[in-house]
Amino acid sequence: MSDAPSAPDSSQPRRSFFQILELDTRLLGMIGAFVLLCLVFNFLTDGRFLTPRNIFNLTIQTVSVAIMATGMVFVIVTRNIDLSVGALLATCSAIMAMTQTEIIPVFFQLGLEHPATPWITIVVGMLAGALIGAFNGWLIGYLTVPAFIVTLGGFLVWRNVAWYMTDGQTIGPLDSTFLKLGGINGTMGTTWSWILGGLAVVAIILMQISSRRNKIRHNFPLKPMWAEVVIGVAGTGAILSFIGVLNAYQIPYRRLERMFAARGEVMPEGFTAGYGVPISVFVLIAVTIGMTVIAKKTRFGRYIFATGGNPQAAELSGINTRMLTVKVFALMGLLCGLSAVVASARLTNHSNDIGTLDELRVIAAAVIGGTALAGGLGTIFGAIVGALIMQSLQSGMAMVGVDAPLQNIVVGAVLVVAVLLDIQYRKRSGDG
Amino acid sequence: MTTPLVEMRDMHISFGGIKAVDHVNVDLYPGEVVGVLGHNGAGKSCLMKMLSGAYKSDGGEIYVNGELATIHNPRDARTYNIETIYQTLALADNLDAASNLFLGRELTTKFGLVDDALMEGETRKIMKRLNPNFERFSSPVSALSGGQRQSVAIARAVYFDAKILIMDEPTAALGVQETQMVADLIDELKKQGIGIFLIDHDIHQVKMLCDRASVMKNGKLVGTVDVDKVTEDDLLAMIILGENPKNKSS
Repeated sequence: MSDAPSAPDSSQPRRSFFQILELDTRLLGMIGAFVLLCLVFNFLTDGRFLTPRNIFNLTIQTVSVAIMATGMVFVIVTRNIDLSVGALLATCSAIMAMTQTEIIPVFFQLGLEHPATPWITIVVGMLAGALIGAFNGWLIGYLTVPAFIVTLGGFLVWRNVAWYMTDGQTIGPLDSTFLKLGGINGTMGTTWSWILGGLAVVAIILMQISSRRNKIRHNFPLKPMWAEVVIGVAGTGAILSFIGVLNAYQIPYRRLERMFAARGEVMPEGFTAGYGVPISVFVLIAVTIGMTVIAKKTRFGRYIFATGGNPQAAELSGINTRMLTVKVFALMGLLCGLSAVVASARLTNHSNDIGTLDELRVIAAAVIGGTALAGGLGTIFGAIVGALIMQSLQSGMAMVGVDAPLQNIVVGAVLVVAVLLDIQYRKRSGDG
Repeated sequence: MTTPLVEMRDMHISFGGIKAVDHVNVDLYPGEVVGVLGHNGAGKSCLMKMLSGAYKSDGGEIYVNGELATIHNPRDARTYNIETIYQTLALADNLDAASNLFLGRELTTKFGLVDDALMEGETRKIMKRLNPNFERFSSPVSALSGGQRQSVAIARAVYFDAKILIMDEPTAALGVQETQMVADLIDELKKQGIGIFLIDHDIHQVKMLCDRASVMKNGKLVGTVDVDKVTEDDLLAMIILGENPKNKSS
């Protein structure tokens, strides 16, 4: 980048450090709160909280809720709510468990562990989620039943459809390739993780360059060069340290031995290997990027936010808000299906209580992440941070040894306080 | 005699048994401003909403350039180059000016993604013409002043080559200077041959800006007059009493 930083314009009012960086101070505050939370737990647990092992576990525990939280952002932004996501997850999980243990091996006589099984299963599960979601959306958008009622009903219906389908039984073991999507059973290894990290760093730098070029082309005001560098260094630093931490978590000796034995090899003396990025976390990263692109760069996303901001205006602009509702809920259902893959693979089976209370965790994650229930405001990345905050609170308190009832009391209180702080912040900043 | 730009014939619509618009005929010629007057609830906004596609009429015909037009929703209206500036402005408060200006008609890149930079550039261009003081392109429109918000709403109608413009009390919330800005704009648009329906309460302003006025009362059309041939009192009599000035109807 050869362009000189634009000369500082002395006529402009003085701006704060964060304004020059053009970063969302709200989001920074949230990330700050998350970091603080981690440091406090790390102190209280004598350094056990911020170990590679715990960070690894924390991320794989967060994935399922975080995936659904990204969809919940769209639902809440359009002034709706979905109370049925946990139940929908259970139904998708039940459908997928039966697909891979009954329908494909027995009915289609392909046997267990057929190479196509996991992929067919995932497609079936996500399709089922999307269809159920679309049905919910149709009831809400076209038949104008309030989303609260439709999904409250759905909460009972789908939880028990799952129960009915499986007779309440736990179904397992699941397909071994399918299990790789659960977390610890499927990681990318250190080499591929570093490659992933390297690609992410390149992508960040390329995006910064292209955004700056675009601004120059249209003669828009530019950030000073040092601001670009600060953001670039912070972003790439965060990515690389995250990868480094996940790579630092060593696969236990016995497990490595078994992995070699499974391939019919003998483990070399003194061999060690890190886990690297879990495939489920990779899926979450892909979902986050995909959903952010949808939110910021597609018409669909633009209409979601416009409808949330002013439904009448959206309609007068020719947006079909009813169909939009169907699409938003179908997407939510699709993501529930994907979450069901991760959740059941992590547990290595389908259990009758899978996803219980997830609707509340998902809504809490989206709301803590800055999604306004009044509609029109919310970010995908915020929801991910919200999910991380929820999960670290929960597992941090468990590590410290806080009693179970107290844990829930704290989580509940944090939700209310987080929203209260958000309201205060928005009043002050006059934003929304 | 030229073909009217818009001719609305025998338009009617009811809501729950109340005849909001009761068999009304109005027309509009190129380069003309027609005031649509009446009390609150006289049906003037309702009549215009049938033209802009916000309401679907119960019956009646709309001709655009002499040809029968089917307008069932706002998208239909846009295909006939009918643009509307609503009294409420119909802005999504959480989005910035460019997103609002292009709402429903986003410019996209070759990959089908919305091209924010291009849209902001276009918005900057048209704002330079309409309201040179406007510079808050990245703020959500909720953070803008009334006049700035109004200019976003106007820009939205003007940008897309409106042939027929509906303005629903465009100056109701504006200060003196901003009102003058709207008046100048109306003059400019007239010169370009755009036809404007102007819903307004201010009789003085109607006298200044409009060529003709169609007055409604209780959903019915009282009459349409040449503004220059009647006095302000005549117009008031039409609005309040529903009486046509003698021998002055056009």
